Amino acid sequence: MSATRTTGTSGVRGAVGTTSHSQEDRRRALRARRLRRGWVALGLVVPAAVAYAVFVLRPLALTVQYSFYKWNGVTESTWVGLDNYTRLLGDARMLGSIGNALQLIVYFSFIPVILGLLAAATIRKFATSRLALVSRTVLFLPQVIPLVAAGIMWTWLLATDGLVNELMRAIGLGGVTRAWLGDTNTALPAVGVIGAWVALGLCLILLLAGMSKIDPALYEAARIDGAGAVREFFSITLPSVRQEVGVAVTVTVISALAAFDIVYISTQGGPANSTMVPGLEIYYLGFFSREVGQASALAVVFMALVLAVVLPIQRLTREDAR
Amino acid sequence: MSRTSGTSRRAVATASLALSGILALTACSAPGGSTTDDSTADGGSTASGDFTCGTDDVTLSAYIETGFPLATALFDEFSAQHPNVTIDVREDQFAVITQNAPRVLADDPPDLMRLPQVSDLAADGLLYDLEDAAAHFGWDQWPGSQLEQMRVDENGRRGNGPLYAMGLNFSMTGIFYNVELAEQIGMTEPPATLAELDAVMQAAKDAGITPMAQFNGGATGGLAFPLQGLMASYGEPADINAWTFQQPNATISTPEYARAAEHLQRWVEAGYFAPDVNSLDYSMMMSRFIDGESLFIFNGDWESGNLDTQMPGNVGFFLVPPVEDGGEVGAMSAPLTYGISARAANPECAAYFLDWVATNDQARTIAVEIGGSHPMGPADAFMPEISADSVTAQTLAAGATIGEDNGAMEFIANATGAIYATSWTPNLQKLVAGEIDAATLLATVQADYESQIGN
Repeated sequence: MSATRTTGTSGVRGAVGTTSHSQEDRRRALRARRLRRGWVALGLVVPAAVAYAVFVLRPLALTVQYSFYKWNGVTESTWVGLDNYTRLLGDARMLGSIGNALQLIVYFSFIPVILGLLAAATIRKFATSRLALVSRTVLFLPQVIPLVAAGIMWTWLLATDGLVNELMRAIGLGGVTRAWLGDTNTALPAVGVIGAWVALGLCLILLLAGMSKIDPALYEAARIDGAGAVREFFSITLPSVRQEVGVAVTVTVISALAAFDIVYISTQGGPANSTMVPGLEIYYLGFFSREVGQASALAVVFMALVLAVVLPIQRLTREDAR
Repeated sequence: MSRTSGTSRRAVATASLALSGILALTACSAPGGSTTDDSTADGGSTASGDFTCGTDDVTLSAYIETGFPLATALFDEFSAQHPNVTIDVREDQFAVITQNAPRVLADDPPDLMRLPQVSDLAADGLLYDLEDAAAHFGWDQWPGSQLEQMRVDENGRRGNGPLYAMGLNFSMTGIFYNVELAEQIGMTEPPATLAELDAVMQAAKDAGITPMAQFNGGATGGLAFPLQGLMASYGEPADINAWTFQQPNATISTPEYARAAEHLQRWVEAGYFAPDVNSLDYSMMMSRFIDGESLFIFNGDWESGNLDTQMPGNVGFFLVPPVEDGGEVGAMSAPLTYGISARAANPECAAYFLDWVATNDQARTIAVEIGGSHPMGPADAFMPEISADSVTAQTLAAGATIGEDNGAMEFIANATGAIYATSWTPNLQKLVAGEIDAATLLATVQADYESQIGN
């Protein structure tokens, strides 16, 4: 979309420049050059475009098509129009999964971005020391661990006899210990904690990179004006990394909405669907219930939702950049 | 101004070109269809009615469940006895097999495959019809209950109709107990009534032992095991089978089953299950039981061999007791289902293998010693010697009791393809969490069942 717009604009701009004598020759030469450039550009774009069409656009179109059918994936399908969509609107389980995904945004996105900002602002102050290197590495490490491994590790930590509950008992909080992933009230936040732990490293590195670009003179000036650490953070650090915050929020929001691995490993959507997310529900519908049409309808609605959430964030950060 | 409109016009043109391209790619025909037509034709043409592996070299392709050594042990023995047969094995976890089954049977047809619930697969024409083989080998002379779960009629209902799969053995479920812990709380023999079972569990709880380490976490609602045991004690196994086989007007929302579900709810409220029952998975349950952390588990005899190895002499088994002493009992009992793709290359040889498993003495010995469960086949067929104090001997004996009482039941979780994951599991987890009561549990599952059958 944006690529099309750019080529279009430059082409028009070139055309506007032709206003002198021997116009006919020039125009012909220009057209030939433009044509040549066009063929080269086309040649460069085609392989990627074909791959994109076959592996992204075609499945996308097929998903939309399937969503209008009742189909078990093998035998004849039946056209059912919008039935799959109307059924979706009346289904507590499918709607609940979308609600859960929206809740996960808080854990997968807001918490790691806020913690990442605080941690990065702190680490920035001793950026060259060995301590900064160690803390950066430690906080980034969860990004390196496969999500499945992280999920398994956290199910152990959050079990009734896991480290989390043992620590709570040790500090006298024995009364609140529970099977965090096995309680319908705490399972979703517990899954969220795993996601926050994983996302923190990415946010930290992004924000730290952004902060390293800030001119130290700004901080010196602020200090001379008598600004404290809090004032520095809100007046200099935060405005300077707005773009990085935008990227971090976009990436983590998408990961929250598309969450599958962590949930599949830690709770499989249970207990009592309290951690069911759309990705998992689509998988269950498509591969276990064998309702390919219904799964596709949920996928289409869910894709629209992701776009509805992510596009405004994109727009915000683009305006920030201006 | 004109510049902008030129740009947007070009964008629109590009977008519509792309869209028409995609539509051309998808060709806009309704999905599905062709596969089954082929399969019926192929399936029909390859059958010659000669159910042997012949003398020429044959390679059987097999798609089996990983983690259970029975199938590979049988394959090794079969190849040793039939040197012209090679078996090419592909293994996956059962969940993977379940989700791949239709596509694999259609696109990459194996000669032998571990199958999930067969009704949809048979109704879709993906499975080889074993009726001729059954007549040829005399499987129809065996006790009917062994095969009825694998018969599917033209409406996709199980219990009657042509045979579409076969068992390597058939399993039996009940309660395993830790003998040492049982002695510790004064349980000298298995409880004879449900009231006695309640008393034993209370005694265990009072002694600080988890009475029952049942799994009920994730997508696997393991409380369906004790629930079905209780349902069989309060009601009739035949009625439960009518429900799982989708017979017309079958319901579990009845007063008897409500009493069974209320009994389960009392167990939950009394704290007889582990406090983290809703996050406990199968392997955690097994490790806790083997480590001596709980008195009971509800499980099947597929673990008998394993438990005899892990805790020799320290495991006992009994069936869920009746409400009153001497009453009839029931148990979930299911064949370890294997089927043949309708498009398989060597269906006759595969059918011969399935018959060999049930009738060859060596194969029956493997079915018991490695599989831990009762072999398929006629009631008076050869049985290997089993050490009397092993839990395997106890589960085999329980199988005989169930046979006498005609108490064999298919698992209620297999009533439809989706009922376990979408209804039993979340609702049993809600029962544990105190969000719904016993009556609501049954009513909700019944409603989901009816909507899924109506599909």
